[in-house]
Amino acid sequence: MDAIVQVQGLHKTYGATVAVEDISFTVGEGEIFGMVGPNGAGKTTTIECLEGLRKPDRGMVRVLGVDPQHDSQTLRLRTGMQLQQSNLPDRIKVWEALDLYASFYPKPVNWRELLVQLGLEEKRNTAFSKLSGGQKQRLFIALALLPDPQLVFLDELTTGLDPQARHTIWDLVREIRSHGKTILLTTHFMEEAEKLCDRVAILDHGKIVALDTPANLISSLGVEERVTFSVDGTLPPAFTAALSTGTRVEVQGDRVTIHTVNTRQVPLVSEVVNLLGSQQISFHDLRTEQPNLEDVFLSLTGREMRE
Amino acid sequence: MKSLLKMTWVEAKLFLREPASAFFTLIFPLLMLLIFGAIYGANPVPGTDSTEAAIGALIPAFTGMSIGIVGLMPVTITMATYRENGILRRLRTTPASPLMIMAAQVVVVFVMTALGVLLLMIAGKLVYHVQFTGNALSLAAGFTFCSLSFFGTGFVLAGTMPTARTAQIVAMVLMYPMLILSGAGWPRELMPAAVLKISNFLPLTYVVNLLRGLWFGESWGQHLLDVGVLAVMLIAGVLISLKTFRWE
Repeated sequence: MDAIVQVQGLHKTYGATVAVEDISFTVGEGEIFGMVGPNGAGKTTTIECLEGLRKPDRGMVRVLGVDPQHDSQTLRLRTGMQLQQSNLPDRIKVWEALDLYASFYPKPVNWRELLVQLGLEEKRNTAFSKLSGGQKQRLFIALALLPDPQLVFLDELTTGLDPQARHTIWDLVREIRSHGKTILLTTHFMEEAEKLCDRVAILDHGKIVALDTPANLISSLGVEERVTFSVDGTLPPAFTAALSTGTRVEVQGDRVTIHTVNTRQVPLVSEVVNLLGSQQISFHDLRTEQPNLEDVFLSLTGREMRE
Repeated sequence: MKSLLKMTWVEAKLFLREPASAFFTLIFPLLMLLIFGAIYGANPVPGTDSTEAAIGALIPAFTGMSIGIVGLMPVTITMATYRENGILRRLRTTPASPLMIMAAQVVVVFVMTALGVLLLMIAGKLVYHVQFTGNALSLAAGFTFCSLSFFGTGFVLAGTMPTARTAQIVAMVLMYPMLILSGAGWPRELMPAAVLKISNFLPLTYVVNLLRGLWFGESWGQHLLDVGVLAVMLIAGVLISLKTFRWE
């Protein structure tokens, strides 16, 4: 796997505030790599150092093999950037923005196809200021894709969007990756990082506190998985006896909770449901609580993620 | 080059979609002519010898006014707003250069100002039968030279003022005295000596002097001071504009 992005010992301060402290990571070709963490964790500072928009105090940064500070033209031609705070003129129409931005690149992709791909065809003649938040973000993604980039930066792409718009954007990001592009994104939604990213770096106070695939991050912490349900009558002892080892059963009245510590072959929920079925125990209100990245963040930092 | 043309075209459309800038550039000089024409159409302005000449003198004066307004208002507001709203920030991630972005603005405001001045001249001809005695080519060259010398001010203000609001206020503070005291809105012949001294410090005065001279058929050689002042402004404007350009 070729390294598209290499960061070694990146350090950036603003006055007395340390924004990014000694961050190192690499992003491989074709990956969706996410930086996740609360506001102020250093995600945007890091991504802006990679984009060449900010100058690091110390550390080595290589993007597509070049130093963003010295060869910004290469980056501008070969990467697509969606910024957290940026805008287009209020009265520019969607097609005009695409047509204009396409003219900046020597070999742009056909913007008419992007318009269709991003579901903006009906909005072709709409002024930028009349677009919804989700449509604006889709337009920004389209602009980022115009140079047919090898690497796409997406900074807080879905902040401020409703859940439906967010899911549309996730599908788009997966589709972009399926065209062989590498994606580096930041988000403060743990769910987004978990569902979208191949690997996730969790940032807090300017440092990477964990870096791995979402599944490994979740399992490495030994976070409990829980299944709870209510039985009609009492739970037969044969049920408890038949459960695999490493599980623990708690009964409170008719409510049963089964705990397990992860790293299992079969998900706990299927084992429980199968067993309930085979022993013909009637039950209702079955719920599962899967550990997620939110739990990982909580256990790493001792704090809940702040919105 | 392709992107400069595209950008110019898009900026031109955006300019016309903004009612305020379109009004002040295209319609305002014309309105001024009609209003002032009605006010002192019958009374020859001192220093000129006929009503036609008096109205005629308004045309280069209002052309100067137009240049002053456009250089200070639309250029400043557009550039400062583009910076403040993150529009330049978005452009910064592309290969678009500051020079290209500024060049597109210059071309658009220049063409719009020229259209406004053309309307002004047509109205002068049709309504007041103004006779133009100068050399058209020389006047066109003078207009271009004056416009380009003046537009730099807007870029410098947009680049140096902390917010779009401040840039706009400073532009207005600079603009109003110039419009009144440069001879653009009120003939310099009618100003007392003390006011004339202030007038001599205003760059727009030199624009009005040069354009008025060229309008009445005087040669460039008779206006070396005006040309000199404006040439310094032109060079300083370009250099400082490029130096003070900020993406964010």
